[in-house]
Amino acid sequence: MTLVYVDNVHKAFGDLKVLKGINLSVAQGEVVAIIGRSGSGKSTLLRCLNQLEKHDSGQITIADKQLDAASMSPKELSENVGMVFQSFNLFPHKTVGENVCLAPLVVRGEEKAEVEKVAREVLEKVGLSDKYGAYPAQLSGGQQQRVAIARALAMRPKVMLCDEVTSALDPELVGEVLRVLEALAAEGMTLILVTHEMSFARDVADRVVFMHQGRIHEEGAPSELFSNPQTPELKQFISAVL
Amino acid sequence: MGPTLDFLTLLPYVSELLKGFTTTVILTVVTTLTGLSLAVAVAYLRVNAQPWVRWGLGGYVEVTRNTPFIVQLFFIFFGLPGLGIKIDAITAAFIAMTLNLAAYSAEILRAGISATAKGQLEAGRALGMTTLQSYRHVVLVPAFARVYPALISQSIIVMLGSAVVSQISVFDLTYAANFIQSRNFRSFEVYLLITLVYLLLAFGMRRSFMLVGKRVFAYQQGEQR
Amino acid sequence: MIEFTFWDILRNLLLATRWTIVLSLIAFVGGATVGLLLTFMRLSSNRWLQRLTSLYVDLFQGTPLLMQLFLIFFGAAAMGHPISAWLAASIALTLFTSAFLCDIWRGCLEAVAKGQWHASRVLGMNYFQTMRHVILPQALRLSIPPTVGFSVQVIKGTALASIIGFVELTKAGTMLNNATFEPFTIFALVALLYFALCYPLSCYARYLEKKLYDAGLR
Ligand SMILES: Nc1ncnc2c1ncn2[C@@H]1O[C@H](COP(=O)(O)OP(=O)(O)OP(=O)(O)O)[C@@H](O)[C@H]1O
Ligand SMILES: [Mg+2]
Repeated sequence: MTLVYVDNVHKAFGDLKVLKGINLSVAQGEVVAIIGRSGSGKSTLLRCLNQLEKHDSGQITIADKQLDAASMSPKELSENVGMVFQSFNLFPHKTVGENVCLAPLVVRGEEKAEVEKVAREVLEKVGLSDKYGAYPAQLSGGQQQRVAIARALAMRPKVMLCDEVTSALDPELVGEVLRVLEALAAEGMTLILVTHEMSFARDVADRVVFMHQGRIHEEGAPSELFSNPQTPELKQFISAVL
Repeated sequence: MGPTLDFLTLLPYVSELLKGFTTTVILTVVTTLTGLSLAVAVAYLRVNAQPWVRWGLGGYVEVTRNTPFIVQLFFIFFGLPGLGIKIDAITAAFIAMTLNLAAYSAEILRAGISATAKGQLEAGRALGMTTLQSYRHVVLVPAFARVYPALISQSIIVMLGSAVVSQISVFDLTYAANFIQSRNFRSFEVYLLITLVYLLLAFGMRRSFMLVGKRVFAYQQGEQR
Repeated sequence: MIEFTFWDILRNLLLATRWTIVLSLIAFVGGATVGLLLTFMRLSSNRWLQRLTSLYVDLFQGTPLLMQLFLIFFGAAAMGHPISAWLAASIALTLFTSAFLCDIWRGCLEAVAKGQWHASRVLGMNYFQTMRHVILPQALRLSIPPTVGFSVQVIKGTALASIIGFVELTKAGTMLNNATFEPFTIFALVALLYFALCYPLSCYARYLEKKLYDAGLR
């Protein structure tokens, strides 16, 4: 079943055309890794998927509902699409527990007791149940990013977007975050992630999408794509990063 | 009159001093609260409201920052009754101080918000919060924390500037000083003492602000890992 | 009673504005001179000189300008040497300005990165060479926007001279008000004139600040 469907999406910043007709469909439970050079439009595509950027033309459908202001409210959007940022963007003045509970409380208006239960569950899932009362400043980068993942999970989204979620981390902290994502994938969560971790893309992704100059240049199963790139651009990219 | 100092001549005026002190403290506490609250609203609206509201508020901020407080006070106290709006001196002082603090603090806060907002707003939006919800729950406190020292200084500047409200006969510390020196003719002693009181007030204000800040912004200290 | 037309009022206010400008200039030039001296005292290696200057700065920043004015004006009289409102205002505003400028400039000197000192030391420059060729030029660039910005506070500060009877813009306003009973018009005009003096300086300071920022220095 197709969960995310992107049809001929364009996006420009002023004169700069960043997305030049993106077509992509992601099935329920699929893990899609987006790779590509800096500036190729990976983040922009991801941000269009949860409307942090409004696309100029084309259609995006998530769970059979069209993604635009008229047909999907921010609340509804957030229940479909979760996002984890490169720079964590945790709320510094709120404890880990409060970070996780805030949106279910104020956006969905759920019961406090129920929300706290969910919060403990998702924190358990990312291996941080003992940090419920800690402030972000008291956590390592890897722990902060795991809280951010838990925070997104607490809204029970259908698909999670991850934009280079390990790029701001010290090398020794990358593993713990990737393992959490791997576990999520194994549970059947639909993931779309922009990543520079090629080995992670190869091991965990069902499909790898190579973006180049605002277009999807090549895509396919990771084993296929990495071992047998078709286009010179991808060949060059792979030889540069591996 | 010789150049000797004689503070004993101030003793009979303790009740005037207390009255002036109380007025200055109350004016300061109240206007700090109202001024900073108003500043939050102004800072928010200057970013998020309709263009004409932003424009109007920009005008208010610039006029306030580029004219002397005493002129603002005179305009409110003497000028507004000319339009049929009658207010007493203490109300005029309260309004002038609030508007003055709010204009400066709104600018300070706006800087704090623009330095904080992007990541926090995006995280809030990705979680389905409206702009107002994001401001309320996740932007305001970190923005406040970021510019807190500047807000302390500004509140103190407004407290010190409030000496001018004596000129519309509000019985504040300065008014008390003027009153006493007109009776005992020891102007230097009186003003020296009152200056010292202001200095202590400024010091006390900074300390209390910092104590409050330490509690409210405690989340910034990293310990446990 | 003499009748005042709108133009009479405006003309009188404009004439008084001259004194606001003159007083501002005196305060600013005087304050900058004293402030520069204080900044160097602050930078000296003598502990007591450092303490003395920060005490000076704290005292002037922690007390009302009005009290400083009163202390000088009435203090001089009480000591048996009465001085004019004009002189008292000049002295008070000069001292007030110097304290704030000293604080601003010290901040700018400290804002020049520590690495610059180290780099100069490694290149074999001594304290004065480093100061003259490396630190001061950078600090100077940093200091111009806030200094221009503070000139607005000086102009606004001169309004307090009206309280000890010096006839500048604000005093002229209150005097005209007593003669005409048109407070709304008069104080609106007074505010407008201050705004005309201050706003361009504020804008210029902001422009300079932005230029520094764009140059990556802030
Ligand atoms: N808000 C914006 N305003 C203007 N230009 C933008 C904006 N966001 C992105 N761009 C530009 O769009 C282009 C694509 O940016 P994008 O962030 O999507 O690239 P990316 O593939 O994610 O690169 P990276 O690997 O460096 O994160 C870049 O040239 C960037 O400068
Ligand atoms: Mg990116």
